[in-house]
Amino acid sequence: MDKDILIEYLPLYKDALFLTLKIGWQGIFLAFLIGLIGSAILHFKVRVLKSIVGVYIEIFRNTPLLVQLFFIYFALPKVGIQITAESCGVLGLGLLGGAYMIETFRSGVEAIPVIQTESAASLGMNQFQILWYVILPQAISISVPGLLANVIFLLKETSVFSTISLMDLMFTAKDLIGMYAKTIECLFLLVVFYLIMLLPISIIGAVVERRMRYGQFGD
Amino acid sequence: MASLGIDVLFKGTNFLRLLQGLWVSIEISLISVVLSILLGLIVGVLMTINNKILHAILKVYLETVRIMPQMVLLFIVYFGTTRVFGWDMSAEASAIFVFTFWGTAEMGDLVRGSIKSIPVIQFESALALGMDKIQTYFYIILPQTVRRLIPLSINLITRMIKTTSLVMMIGIVEVLKVAQQIIEANRKVSPNAAFGVFLVVFLLYFIVCWPISRLATYLEKRWA
Amino acid sequence: MSELLKVTHLHKEFGPNVVLKDINLSVKKGEVVVIIGPSGCGKSTFLRCLNGLEEIQSGVITVDGLPVEAGKRDITKLRQKIGMVFQSYELFPHKTVLENIILAPTKVQKRTREDATREALELLDKVGLVDKKDYYPRQLSGGQKQRVAIVRALLMHPEVILFDEVTAALDPEMVHEVLETMIALAKSGSTMLIVTHEMAFAKAVADRIIFLDKGDIVEETSDVKDFFIQPKTERAQKFLKTFAYE
Repeated sequence: MDKDILIEYLPLYKDALFLTLKIGWQGIFLAFLIGLIGSAILHFKVRVLKSIVGVYIEIFRNTPLLVQLFFIYFALPKVGIQITAESCGVLGLGLLGGAYMIETFRSGVEAIPVIQTESAASLGMNQFQILWYVILPQAISISVPGLLANVIFLLKETSVFSTISLMDLMFTAKDLIGMYAKTIECLFLLVVFYLIMLLPISIIGAVVERRMRYGQFGD
Repeated sequence: MASLGIDVLFKGTNFLRLLQGLWVSIEISLISVVLSILLGLIVGVLMTINNKILHAILKVYLETVRIMPQMVLLFIVYFGTTRVFGWDMSAEASAIFVFTFWGTAEMGDLVRGSIKSIPVIQFESALALGMDKIQTYFYIILPQTVRRLIPLSINLITRMIKTTSLVMMIGIVEVLKVAQQIIEANRKVSPNAAFGVFLVVFLLYFIVCWPISRLATYLEKRWA
Repeated sequence: MSELLKVTHLHKEFGPNVVLKDINLSVKKGEVVVIIGPSGCGKSTFLRCLNGLEEIQSGVITVDGLPVEAGKRDITKLRQKIGMVFQSYELFPHKTVLENIILAPTKVQKRTREDATREALELLDKVGLVDKKDYYPRQLSGGQKQRVAIVRALLMHPEVILFDEVTAALDPEMVHEVLETMIALAKSGSTMLIVTHEMAFAKAVADRIIFLDKGDIVEETSDVKDFFIQPKTERAQKFLKTFAYE
């Protein structure tokens, strides 16, 4: 392996990492919001909206992100919806992730016994107060391992962004391989940078999961 | 508004080509899933064995798969192996190798999980009835794990099919690539073809994956 | 004395099972009514109906003259008038003792945190748990949790409190501390509706006994002492006998 090449390419990968993280976190934030709103709609069984959320989940869970991105980026402009590559990445990741986040939050909410809701109701709380003060805090802490797994999954999925010409890690690697044919160095840096991005979250996830399993509120 | 390109699909053999492209993805998925299930069963059982070295190796394997995007693995195998070992692996073989590598880890983890989830008392009560270890495994443990595993393996098929969309990145002509070719060829006559064609690709994936994941959900609920 | 809670012709069924048939009951302010009866007689369901946690098929329940209707928007207003304590305590596990108690007063009744905290500490002191105010529920014993749950219900200043077998999940040695709290509450003039299996406690605390069997009020009497010595109906006699032999 050529050390000079590695040093030379390093800044390019660093920029790519920042771009990936920027789009990644925005997309994940969007997914988180969609997850909260969607699971609230399912929880309250809001008419019509409930069915829309159901259809949305099925569509986005049963198609690849790559195809979703192609559709948003290449197809929508033909009907007058223009969108930048970056926004497309955020939107695609957010929509895909939202479909998974809803399910994660919902299973968290379902894990809380009904009688907790009833005891909050018997104190005169309304549906939103019950959800906000009693159910959600418990549901979210139950969902933490699932949420972190989703975060890892979504950050991994960002690797398809290169197909809509976003200069992410994948794009950079492919570009450099094509240009200078330093395959080994490029792939090595690719792996290292994905590790930098994902290993810490993965470790946090493992720790949290262990704590969740053995610990509870009041430790 | 000009045509949105659905008509392009009915020109010549375009739609047929698209379906053939889809079949390429499905074929790669099915081969990888079958291999993953077989290897996954072995890896899963290995994971329940108490051996520190074995444990460590499998742990590294699982974590690698968990952290590395499949696309990165695909690049390493397709571009990297040629470089390092001088192998000339075809794109298809690389894809099947990577997806099996990934699927085996997923499946192995599921197998381990379902074996572990069977209460120890089930082992003990079978032994108390005078069964030996192999009988216990065969009559008591495996039937219970298989039920749990079937829906999960079916789910793996849809995930595999979705993931195979990546193979266009290493030059395999699958449905997305065919779609791009069709759009390209009709750029002049039907400038808006991208909408219709990509919409159809979107729907094709959905039509393939949705029934499979419904089946998985149905079985999961029924056998829960 | 004024009538606080009134139930007329209450009818409740779960699918084909009739759980409560034509129940009539009126509770005055300051009265302590104890409902006893065999398991599955509908006692708990009755309490849940009173708090609007169960829908009823027919009949009318009023508190302070206002109708209780499950699923209605203003049910939350009514529930502030009716406290309820559950068998399984149902403290909120992610909140400390003090937070559990002041949550509803501050969020539902919009009282200030200081005011709610001050009163919460007073009440906690009365039940001997003020030093546990910053504990989480899982750090408490069952009896302590149940006393916190009672304080939590009390802080809403309900006009009537429903107790649903609040000692049934407790170890015997913890039953006493909870019952004592409830007896003190009864003496202070609270209106209470209690479902219980503790017969000695029922005898000590009740102004009126209602014997419920198979969804029916079989016997109702204010002669509490007499009821436990010589109930009028055969079904109540049989029921009390099984307890005597236990």
